[in-house]
Amino acid sequence: MLPAPLRRMRAIAVKELRQMSRDKLTLAMVVGIPLLQMAIFGYGINYDVRHVRAGVVDLANTQASRSLIADIASSQVVDFIARPAGADELRRLIVSGEIHAGLYIPPDFERRRIDATRPVAQVIIDGTRPGVDTAVRAITEAPLPGRTGFKRRASPAIEVLTEFNPERRTAVQVVPALIGVILSMTMVIFTAIALVRERERGNLELLITTPVRSIELMVGKLLPYIGVGLIQTTLVLVAGVVLFDVPINGSLLDLYLGAGLFIAATLGLGLVISTIAATQFQAMQLGFFTLLPSILLSGFAFPFEGSPRVVQYIAQVLPLTHFVEILRGVILRGATLGALWLPVLKLAVFLVLAVALAAVRFHKRLD
Amino acid sequence: MNESGAAIEAHGLTRRFGAVVAVDHAELSIPRGRIYGFLGPNGSGKSTTLRMLCGLITPTSGTIRVLGLDIPRQAEALRTLMGYMTQRFSLWEDLSARENLEFMASVYTLEPGHAAQRIGAAVEEYHLAEFFERPAGTLSGGQKQRLALAAATLHQPSLLLLDEPTSAVDPQSRRDFWESLFALTARGTTILVSTHYMDEAERCHALAILDRGRIVANGAPKQLMADLPLQVIEIETEDTVGARAALHGLDSLRSLAQLGLRLHALLAQDVADPVACIESLLAGRGVKARVRRAEASLEDVFVGATLPRAGQEH
Repeated sequence: MLPAPLRRMRAIAVKELRQMSRDKLTLAMVVGIPLLQMAIFGYGINYDVRHVRAGVVDLANTQASRSLIADIASSQVVDFIARPAGADELRRLIVSGEIHAGLYIPPDFERRRIDATRPVAQVIIDGTRPGVDTAVRAITEAPLPGRTGFKRRASPAIEVLTEFNPERRTAVQVVPALIGVILSMTMVIFTAIALVRERERGNLELLITTPVRSIELMVGKLLPYIGVGLIQTTLVLVAGVVLFDVPINGSLLDLYLGAGLFIAATLGLGLVISTIAATQFQAMQLGFFTLLPSILLSGFAFPFEGSPRVVQYIAQVLPLTHFVEILRGVILRGATLGALWLPVLKLAVFLVLAVALAAVRFHKRLD
Repeated sequence: MNESGAAIEAHGLTRRFGAVVAVDHAELSIPRGRIYGFLGPNGSGKSTTLRMLCGLITPTSGTIRVLGLDIPRQAEALRTLMGYMTQRFSLWEDLSARENLEFMASVYTLEPGHAAQRIGAAVEEYHLAEFFERPAGTLSGGQKQRLALAAATLHQPSLLLLDEPTSAVDPQSRRDFWESLFALTARGTTILVSTHYMDEAERCHALAILDRGRIVANGAPKQLMADLPLQVIEIETEDTVGARAALHGLDSLRSLAQLGLRLHALLAQDVADPVACIESLLAGRGVKARVRRAEASLEDVFVGATLPRAGQEH
């Protein structure tokens, strides 16, 4: 027979385990969160950047230039998915975020090959994305077979130009995207909790007996959070400019329109969570569960160019991925929302789906 | 809208939750300006009935007319005509009494001037002044209840639904609360109350007793007591254990309940002289006791109505 204190402790421990096993969602999280983390860190995040979307402009179009392109492509660090006609179009594709690197081979490529003082080609890198610069820079320096026949030269044969972040500062890459991360945290979890709290405390039971309609209730509850979100956006933006010297190259109107769309999308996600969670604690858990992949896979801190295909598809489902794209595009590359129409469209689709799902799950009647 | 007719009419009202029949073919006709009670144990279908009547739950079958509206089809229109007090305090505990009332006035879209006047009247009527600026979460049970009633009646509803309204208040608060309810009916409000308290049920103008989803008796409390088809006998004795043993096996005994040193027995009507019958049974066991007839109480009506039906033991 165990001594009395131990028996009482055991009784409490057994009771605790019983309660835990009744809370299906918590139980799922106990298993789900570590598995998700393992999957993301183990398979998802990869510092070896591969398959960076790139464009190539070959104005020389000689055997040597084609050989140079094939040589760089064979490294698999870049995938030449676009063949813009000239330097301007190449730049436009980088600004709109369709490609993240470009190889420019000038018409006088052959003359440059035998002139040791001038670079034969130029590589332009979008400096707003973590990891891309280092990886692409490395392949321009490697002595690869396709480059034999170049004259020995003191300066690199390929000139590298890191655009939009010439000093290659991490803060420039991270701070604009931080707006999205901070909004994700507060919007999803705050709104989910705000809605679940009313149900938990019985307020909802009263509200559904009044003339208030579901849509009025939802919109009324979400409006203040849109305000909160816009204030947070401003705070991070001002701190980014003042403390980290982040340049704002695009229009503020575009930036706030994009932020508004993202806030609406994350509020939609918060709504969906609120219809699933029964308690504020569960809302926290679910919010955290969606936050984790958002932060790790959105390209905010880690390059997702290195991730497996499946993980990149998952990243496409996350609204933060598209918002980070918009933030870097507008703030750093000076892109307009028009140029960024693809991530904008994806965010809009997410918003519509989230609100539709929430509306289906949120019934005014009790049954 | 038909002003003279019943406030609520329901026919064949049924609600199933999966295999469970929560409400089984209920027939209701509730007059205007009266307090109508639903008395029944937990799970008897009181709350489900109440919620169906105000359109919060869709009936599986049956028809409902409330204040001339077809429910649940016209439930939205009913919302402005009714007030609802939930079983649990459901105003916002982090808002003050005043803020709660202001919010509810806006929800019912009262004109600002009218809202201020109604809130002022509520402060008077329900004595809210002493805690008007305090967070609702810090109020006592009785204060919360006054506030909840004030909030439910700000928009002067024609119909007030109260779901077990006095489960968390002291007896004095409960009396005051009922005074307020009668004041409301005097102004024409129809009130529906669900309860499992006999004293509360007894104050209603009329009531329906529910048992496992069915209305097993209905009428005015006095009438129900007078019509009870059972005989009520009280046995006063020091030896309650002996008396219980003596009565065990008496076929016509329907119910036996102990209140201190008294045993309260309900007997079928076919026993010609129940007092003599019980006295002889007690004497046979050597139990000393005083046996007499008693008036039926509402509890007796309730027990009689909810006895296991013939051939249906549980």
